[in-house]
Amino acid sequence: MTVEVRLPTVLRQHAGGQSVVRAEGATVGEVLEGLVRAYPGLGGQVLAQDGTALHRFVNVYLNDDDVRYLERLDTKVSDEDVVSILPAVAGGAG
Amino acid sequence: MLTLTPGTHVRLVGHCLDGLPDEACGLLGGDPATGHASLCYPTRNQAASARLYEVHPLDHLRADRDAESRGLQIIGVFHSHTHTDAYPSATDVAQAPDPSWHYVLVSLKAEPVVRSYRIDDGKIAEEPVALAAG
Repeated sequence: MTVEVRLPTVLRQHAGGQSVVRAEGATVGEVLEGLVRAYPGLGGQVLAQDGTALHRFVNVYLNDDDVRYLERLDTKVSDEDVVSILPAVAGGAG
Repeated sequence: MLTLTPGTHVRLVGHCLDGLPDEACGLLGGDPATGHASLCYPTRNQAASARLYEVHPLDHLRADRDAESRGLQIIGVFHSHTHTDAYPSATDVAQAPDPSWHYVLVSLKAEPVVRSYRIDDGKIAEEPVALAAG
């Protein structure tokens, strides 16, 4: 499958300034691994260091669904799907 | 410098007041080249806390799509401090995701005070905030 991957502004610098790229894979995990292979600067920004889980400060959506509530990196993708990567936006007075 | 349309200013302060006693948060849509925010996207605070905020990721996704459909981008985030000054906390600095963003703080400890900062690699720099039409 080749799916569309939408990148947040903070990560675009690692993908030649592009906001949308295409990546291949049968699952969200494979798509993200393919993305990092194509744009090594994204390594460690999207997946945790060992590559087996999402980075803690990243949210990944498959269309309108948070993949953490699907099958995480094992979530299957189809050709028409859109994977969106968003930074977790958090803070507070603490 | 960050400029806000009057409507954006009113909406962001209003959303922060509506969120009391918890912290409230939202995103700003606009032109990254000029720092002009013409869109306010109130979002749910997933942390539902008086001391923490976490922009609900689905609201973030929708705001991002809407801004892009208008030829704009998400250029910043705002949140309230309910009992402290409008200055980034250590938590805010540690979790600031994007050095290109404007980080707007709304203090509600007295009359609302709106201030904006850039946060890059842990360094905080306040920037002016002004109202501008358009």
